Amino acid sequence: MVESKHKWKAWLYLSPAIILLLIFTVWPIINTVYMAFSEKYSMMEAFTGKQFTIGFGNFEHVLVKSVGTVGSDFFRALGNTAILCVITVPLSTILALLIAVCLNSIKPLQKLLQTIFFLPYVTNSIAIGMVFAAMFQVIGMAPDGSEAISWGLINEFLKVFGVDSIDWLGSTDGDYWANITVMVVYIVWNALPFKILVLLGGLQGINKQYYEAARVDSTSKFRVFRKITVPLLSPMISYVVITSFIGGFKEYSSIVGVFGEDMNGGRLNTMVGYIYTNIEKKQGYASAAALVLFVIIFIVTMINLYVSKKKTHY
Amino acid sequence: MSDINNTPETDVQETSAELNVTDVQETPGKPTITTMQEIDVQKTSQKQSVFKILGKIAIYTFLIVMAIITIFPFYWMIISSLKTAEEFRAVVPTLFPQMMDAANYTEVFDTSVRDFDILRLFTNTVIVGIVSTLLSLVITIFSAFAFARLEFKGKNALFAALLATMMIPGELFTVTNYVTVNYFGWLNTYTVLIVPFLVSVFYIYLLKQNFMQIPNELYLAAKVDGTGDFKYLCKVMIPLALPSIISITILKMMGAWNSYMWPRLVNTNPDYHLITNGLRNASFTAAEGNIPDTPVQMAAVALVSLPLFLVFIFLRKYIMKGVSRSGIKG
Repeated sequence: MVESKHKWKAWLYLSPAIILLLIFTVWPIINTVYMAFSEKYSMMEAFTGKQFTIGFGNFEHVLVKSVGTVGSDFFRALGNTAILCVITVPLSTILALLIAVCLNSIKPLQKLLQTIFFLPYVTNSIAIGMVFAAMFQVIGMAPDGSEAISWGLINEFLKVFGVDSIDWLGSTDGDYWANITVMVVYIVWNALPFKILVLLGGLQGINKQYYEAARVDSTSKFRVFRKITVPLLSPMISYVVITSFIGGFKEYSSIVGVFGEDMNGGRLNTMVGYIYTNIEKKQGYASAAALVLFVIIFIVTMINLYVSKKKTHY
Repeated sequence: MSDINNTPETDVQETSAELNVTDVQETPGKPTITTMQEIDVQKTSQKQSVFKILGKIAIYTFLIVMAIITIFPFYWMIISSLKTAEEFRAVVPTLFPQMMDAANYTEVFDTSVRDFDILRLFTNTVIVGIVSTLLSLVITIFSAFAFARLEFKGKNALFAALLATMMIPGELFTVTNYVTVNYFGWLNTYTVLIVPFLVSVFYIYLLKQNFMQIPNELYLAAKVDGTGDFKYLCKVMIPLALPSIISITILKMMGAWNSYMWPRLVNTNPDYHLITNGLRNASFTAAEGNIPDTPVQMAAVALVSLPLFLVFIFLRKYIMKGVSRSGIKG
């Protein structure tokens, strides 16, 4: 090649990126593993030169001892995260697929609707979380939960269908699923734009000849959807599912947006939230939890890839 | 397929009616169709168009309902911000304010009411956003150029290693980075918000792909003319890859605007807070008690969202292009 004389030049161009990556990406990979296996690692003690015993103590704390502690129970955090993932990923994917297919089949208003559906993407998840809180908010709740000044917008809307008022954001034990419902609505609303964008892009890329052929064979619309659209779109669908699973396991700031930083007394804590609550004082626990999160995301992604490899048609 | 010639009366289905008509017309020499069939076909095609219209109505209804649901939170944000606190607390919520009032907005800017200095928060966020975007662009462009055009040993292995780091959840880095910035003594500075996130492997990847599409002949021609690498990069590659660079700029700026966890962790001093931290931490309660003063909160939320909407309106194309390839938010 022309450049063979000046190899050092390439490294010069790369040097800023490589230096920063070494400090903030490569070193963390090594050090986080080290901290995770250093029992009760604490940054402040490490700075004074303290040595830590190497062992599984941090993992034991995270996976065994934290169980049952209020607000810092790892399995509670894992459970919340998993529940949100399992509900929101299929729901938002199916809804996005329906919207994308419908959008793709119309001509007038298509551009306008497409723009509207993309709107939630460019939002601040904390700020709009507060708007969702305001919509579900019950104002002036009595301590026993019996009376309120106003039951709020969503409850008034549901009253039309004869649904009893619910304390959506409340923190008593019975309201857990109400809390989760609010989060599901918010997360799905927030997740739709990206999925619609990707799926619509995929749909527009499908060769029209397949549909022509189906029309000549007078295939029913549902069959066309099942036998042509879904298989040809499957790479996009599996991409969307994998990224939203990964995103779902990192859910945190949207919950802070709706419920505030204490996440209803830690009841709605997620895995990322668990890491952040330990990060300032107990870096050993935080590192162990981060490694567990990595392993979980890795396994889920591998399962997703395995399933989509079997079902995907390229 | 064209079973109209075999069993004409019975087998004309709704879905194939249109098709059969054309089939018959295109078959020369044969007697066209009987009157009975003609009526049948007409009936079925009428039926079909009715179905078609019903289907269209169903599709539009579904899309418009979903669009209303999508847009409603924004509507609720804006009208709530214009209501008085009393009206917001009314037993039956109003879908349109009885009395439009901008007082909530002036209250947001009043720093004496609560600990929420929106102008300082805006300034901090803009400083961090602009500086980190500019530095990040320089680093990204240089790296992408090296990977796309220059030859060196271990290029592919290095690039693969970079891509592999994208699989690791960011929180794993965050734990050590928190220790590192403590060690550097960077807490409560702008530096801590900017430097750790300057390199994005994804942006390097995005731009590298774009650079690779630029034909190599241009590069060789420039070499023959004695143009240096740097000049070539500035005069040819950057202008040609401008759309990607704009996408990266917008996504990076949006990232600064939306970042929440890291700033909260490393900057406890409110002087260095970013907009989202200020927004979440401020207590929007009415003076008379513990009842939340939601309209003022919504006014603050609307102000925070406004720049994002402006970006969306003017630069939607670039955002969509960058986003559809990333899968990451901000």
